[in-house]
Amino acid sequence: MNNREFFIYLLIMAGSTYLIRAIPFALIRKKIKNPFIKSFLYYIPYTVLAAMTFPSALYATGGSVTAAAIGLAAAILVSLKTKNLTVVAVTGCVAVFLAESLMAL
Amino acid sequence: MRADPMMRSYFRGVRAGVPIGLGYLSVSFGLGILAVSMGLSVWQAVLISMVTLTSAGQLSGIHTMCVPGQYMEMLVSQLTINVRYSFMSICLSQKTDPAFKGIYRLLLGFFMTDEIFAVASTEKSVSRSYFLGLAAAPYIGWAGGTLLGALLGDVLPERVMGALCLAIYAMFVAIIVPQIRAEKTLGLIVGVSVLLSALFYYLPALNGISSGLSVTVCAIVAAVLGAWFFPKKDEEEEADE
Repeated sequence: MNNREFFIYLLIMAGSTYLIRAIPFALIRKKIKNPFIKSFLYYIPYTVLAAMTFPSALYATGGSVTAAAIGLAAAILVSLKTKNLTVVAVTGCVAVFLAESLMAL
Repeated sequence: MRADPMMRSYFRGVRAGVPIGLGYLSVSFGLGILAVSMGLSVWQAVLISMVTLTSAGQLSGIHTMCVPGQYMEMLVSQLTINVRYSFMSICLSQKTDPAFKGIYRLLLGFFMTDEIFAVASTEKSVSRSYFLGLAAAPYIGWAGGTLLGALLGDVLPERVMGALCLAIYAMFVAIIVPQIRAEKTLGLIVGVSVLLSALFYYLPALNGISSGLSVTVCAIVAAVLGAWFFPKKDEEEEADE
């Protein structure tokens, strides 16, 4: 791929990603009153994150699915106790690493 | 020391963004390795991260780039994968303080990622300075992680790399689970989204669909059902804590 092609691709990627974020953000100024739309907008971030997490997380580590499931379960358990994102993320990673290491024995 | 309120909310945002930044560092590290392994140069990999700031979109975009001349395909796949950001932008537009408008939204809208949005939306009212602060660490983490991954790809052992890939998902869990504890019906709605997502992944008839599109479909269907059967009545319920 030459540089010209790279920059055309980059422009399409960056341009479309930027506009789809910024245009709705800048244009919608009024408070939405409709309870259905309000509820929908309230639920959407959680349903997006949930659909992104499962089942993709099980295959994200490129290793054992069981180890990834253990990591995910550890993250769920810890997040019942704390809201701290870093603590939960580190716990998940450590659990995967330990599970992979144990299985390799 | 006298603290300017804008600086204070900026630094409060910076602190809230640090865990996201750490999560991004590990995720974009993998993306940097991947980009270079697919034939991109280090500067190209980093530049892509700096101007797009999106995990799923970049992953798909890098694959598309490997074949010349697929401009239309690039546009369509990027729009499909990233359409969820529109919903997030609309959602957050309801929570900004009065000074956060016009040009500020046009500029700062660039930083609307899943995680920045998720953390910002737990605020009662989002100010410009808080949002900018919140975006700082994730942006640095995303660009820096891509650079590190592109430069020193296979320095870390494979098992460590693999474990780091779970970080971003654990972070998603940490955003969802505490909210479900506070609000049981949300668990049901999230369950629907997870179930649909599993169907898309495991059913042979559906698993040809790109992950960006399937996430969009699952999330919209589950949220529509949620809004239909469990409309939010009380404004107070939306507040965190």
